[in-house]
Amino acid sequence: MAFLTFSNVTKQYGTRRALANLTCGAEAGRITGLLGPNGSGKTTMLKLAAGLLQPTDGEVRIGGLVPGTQTKACTAYLPDRVSLPQHFRAADAVALFRDFYEDFDAAKASEMLRTLGIEPRQRISAMSKGMQEKTQLCLTMARNAKLFLLDEPLGGVDPATRDYILSTIIRGYNEGAALVISTHIIGDVERILDDVLFLQNGCVTVADSAEHLRETRGKSVDGIFREVFSCLQN
Amino acid sequence: MEWNIRADRPVYLQLLEQLEAAVASGAYAPGERLPGVRELAAQAGVNPNTMQRALAELETRGLVRTQRTAGRTVTDDAQAIASARRALAMRSAREFLAAAHALGLTNEEAAELLAAAIREE
Repeated sequence: MAFLTFSNVTKQYGTRRALANLTCGAEAGRITGLLGPNGSGKTTMLKLAAGLLQPTDGEVRIGGLVPGTQTKACTAYLPDRVSLPQHFRAADAVALFRDFYEDFDAAKASEMLRTLGIEPRQRISAMSKGMQEKTQLCLTMARNAKLFLLDEPLGGVDPATRDYILSTIIRGYNEGAALVISTHIIGDVERILDDVLFLQNGCVTVADSAEHLRETRGKSVDGIFREVFSCLQN
Repeated sequence: MEWNIRADRPVYLQLLEQLEAAVASGAYAPGERLPGVRELAAQAGVNPNTMQRALAELETRGLVRTQRTAGRTVTDDAQAIASARRALAMRSAREFLAAAHALGLTNEEAAELLAAAIREE
């Protein structure tokens, strides 16, 4: 039984359908990649799991519970854009997370920020976009959550820093937690994935383990992704 | 150690090959304590479960072992390491021979080339 489950979930924004009768899941102790082109529904799925949106139809469950106050306490969500107040200093953000989340490890967050070269006194507004994203990622990964939802964690980060971010994710997350990463930069992320979900127009088109895909198709997940999506466009 | 993991082959096999080579070559010394699974996975930039699977296979092959207090260590069985080294070297030798055959060389010519390469060194 997957820790995070979507059962026949539809999400409609007005007349636009973002998710269409979607059924899938993410298991505890595994890293699941949510892969799809822009507008395929990745962010909508993560927001539903984070309890920020309500499904139009169907059910989302986290450890059997409907997303809400209880699940939010054990879910670490990294939004696709920086949500930290601009006038904050890095240390203020750490203090905010400490006040807000019982499972937050402030010492771990400070240590991660330090290794990434971010000073406690640095203001968010004075940071580059990549630095702001790194700050937010450190804060998210320093929680001892059961479910991590990372929406495009590599979006604004330069290629040289990506490996560093990925190893920070691997070293940082709570063992036994379910970790979901959405991305369209598949080549850089696929080696850390257990499971893969391809999303197209609000539907899951492929759900498999990354290694099984490589074994059976003889190419990278990135290569398969390009193949699948060029087929669908024809 | 340096890792070189590509995405177009199963990662598990590449980890197994590279870990085996590291033990066979002494990059991981006999009896040396290995970093934890998560740390190794982070260094290689791969999934921790995949790294765990490769280490378990390495253990089955007798090249590493898990000790309750010391974590995972490289075997100190010199014979096991020597036979792993020989198996890996034999694979390279076969690859060389296959490449030589593909170029139309005979076994004797291939052996002569290898001897010449040794003399040049």
